[in-house]
Amino acid sequence: MKTISLAEHSVREVNQLLHDQARELTEPHWRITDHDGRHALACGLDQAIAVDIDGHAGYYCAGMNQQATVNVHGTVGVGVAENMMSGRVHVHGNASQSAGATAHGGLLVIDGDAAARCGISMKGVDIVVGGSVGHMSAFMGQAGRLVVCGDAGEALGDSLYEARLYVRGSVESLGADCIEKEMRDEHWAELRELLAQAGFEADPADFRRYGSARQLYNFHVDNADGG
Amino acid sequence: MDDHTDNWGLRESATFDRNSIREIQRAADTGIYDIRGFGAKRKVPHFDDLVFLGASMSRYPLEGYRERCGTDVVLGDRFASKPLHLDIPVTIAGMSFGSLSANAKEALGRGASAVGTSTTTGDGGMTDEERGQSRTLVYQYLPSRYGMNPKHLRMADAIEVVLGQGAKPGGGGMLMGQKISDRVAEMRTLPKGVDQRSACRHPDWTGPDDLAIKIEELREITDWEKPVFIKIGASRTYFDVKLAVKAGADVVVLDGMQGGTAATQEVFIEHVGIPTLAAIPQAVQALQEMDMHRKVQLIVSGGIRNGADVAKAIALGADAVSIGTAALIALGCNHPRWEEDYKRIGSAAGFYDDYHAGQDPAGISTQDPELAARLDPELAGRRLANYLRVITLEAQTIARACGKSHVHNLEPEDLVALDMEAAAMARVPLAGTGWIPGQGGV
Repeated sequence: MKTISLAEHSVREVNQLLHDQARELTEPHWRITDHDGRHALACGLDQAIAVDIDGHAGYYCAGMNQQATVNVHGTVGVGVAENMMSGRVHVHGNASQSAGATAHGGLLVIDGDAAARCGISMKGVDIVVGGSVGHMSAFMGQAGRLVVCGDAGEALGDSLYEARLYVRGSVESLGADCIEKEMRDEHWAELRELLAQAGFEADPADFRRYGSARQLYNFHVDNADGG
Repeated sequence: MDDHTDNWGLRESATFDRNSIREIQRAADTGIYDIRGFGAKRKVPHFDDLVFLGASMSRYPLEGYRERCGTDVVLGDRFASKPLHLDIPVTIAGMSFGSLSANAKEALGRGASAVGTSTTTGDGGMTDEERGQSRTLVYQYLPSRYGMNPKHLRMADAIEVVLGQGAKPGGGGMLMGQKISDRVAEMRTLPKGVDQRSACRHPDWTGPDDLAIKIEELREITDWEKPVFIKIGASRTYFDVKLAVKAGADVVVLDGMQGGTAATQEVFIEHVGIPTLAAIPQAVQALQEMDMHRKVQLIVSGGIRNGADVAKAIALGADAVSIGTAALIALGCNHPRWEEDYKRIGSAAGFYDDYHAGQDPAGISTQDPELAARLDPELAGRRLANYLRVITLEAQTIARACGKSHVHNLEPEDLVALDMEAAAMARVPLAGTGWIPGQGGV
């Protein structure tokens, strides 16, 4: 494992070293230290490497990740793993707003809580949150799965498309066009698998499923039959 | 006016004119607001209200055909290691695959590349057709992030963070279900046939301080190679431009209310935003006060139709202009050859604006395979290239007449206004006077 201290290097230098691994893999395991919560750490990775980030990270940590496994040993700022395409990002702490925003694939695991707009506009990512999520989570969620082991704040799944949401605790309110749905066998199975991938020992039987009522998919025309 | 109405017994109301009456009837019939394409159709002060002061005794003109008059422009050399070098100061504005057919996107790329300028993706991602045919391609980063991925980010030549659009500042995009084909649905991760409503605000930043960090991330992902544009719809332009520069923009793209759209509510198009003419001086003032004029480049769009418009925008302080509606018309939109087809769908050549409906006879704003096949991308690309050459020559003609060896040497001092509104908005004197109305405010 190669350790890089941001006391000695800039974010630009560190990210360039990690990006260079996509062209020539020289080191499969990296550790980043002394970064003082800087932004855009380990973003734009495109190689099956492992990156451990010691301590709290700033905004957009592991943004647009592809293939890589990024572990953050602390909390993260806004937009962790935003637009992730593949790979795995694991936050061993809490996450700020817009965790996993617009992400297309991969797995985002948050051991603690995630703030507002977790999974906003998610496009295929799987997000598993050990704690609770804030308001407007999964807003306009298009695809993927959001699993919340704690509670969900106001307007969960507002304007939802096809993302599937699982919540163990309470839901403060459902957003427009989001409804509770029946848990069928395939849902128990995928929930069990997601919890196992995240390393959480929650019982799938304690969860409820939410999804789109699909009533907002087309503009409603109240045709008054005028001539 | 028809013969039977051409008398005082059938006097038309100036307030309840035929368009207003028809819209009330349409609203009563359908119960839903009108959605259409194109841009604002109302008359607003525009470049037509300005004229150039050609050279005479006090200015020395350049010979109109032979003497050099440069048109090249560099965009994005503030922070990016690979700024854009374009041969002409006219770029192609962002228009999505989805709103436009794949053939239309390819044709835009072909036309732009033939004359050494750039084209731009749109809401929905990058297609192989446009990347393949575009020498210089700007990749839009929109609130919806439809189709956004790091591979295309790296394949792009520049990144345009879209905050707004002149046709609808404050609003998100629309793509009606009839245009959500299998391919469009897959690119946008949407169910086929839904009436897609794009987000109006970005999902992971909420203000200029956050945007600065977002731009830092985009630069990190692309190794600080790509110029980062920020596109704004013209509204509070002076402040928006200052904040865009503060957030780290290499280039500001300013889209006035005449700018086109593929699908927006009529009430939005006509009643939100300010005219292009009013917005440019605000943007230039903001850049000058920050000592960033010509350092952060300004691209102006919204109603650019000819070389005179190009020259006037540049004279007012733009570095380049961008065209959307005019480019589609050059490809073949609203062409009389499709007159019978336009009539069949209740429109006419020269008036067609139902881009959202997906029935475009010219095969441009459609996803219908049979209609899309009507547009030959090579031929349409040549038409666009011809048009771009013409408006560049026109801009050069004016610049030479004003004694300028480069179009960027045009300046506000070369312009006067024909009426007080235009003089006040453009901040140039009323023709024949030294009077600039309204000076003293932002």
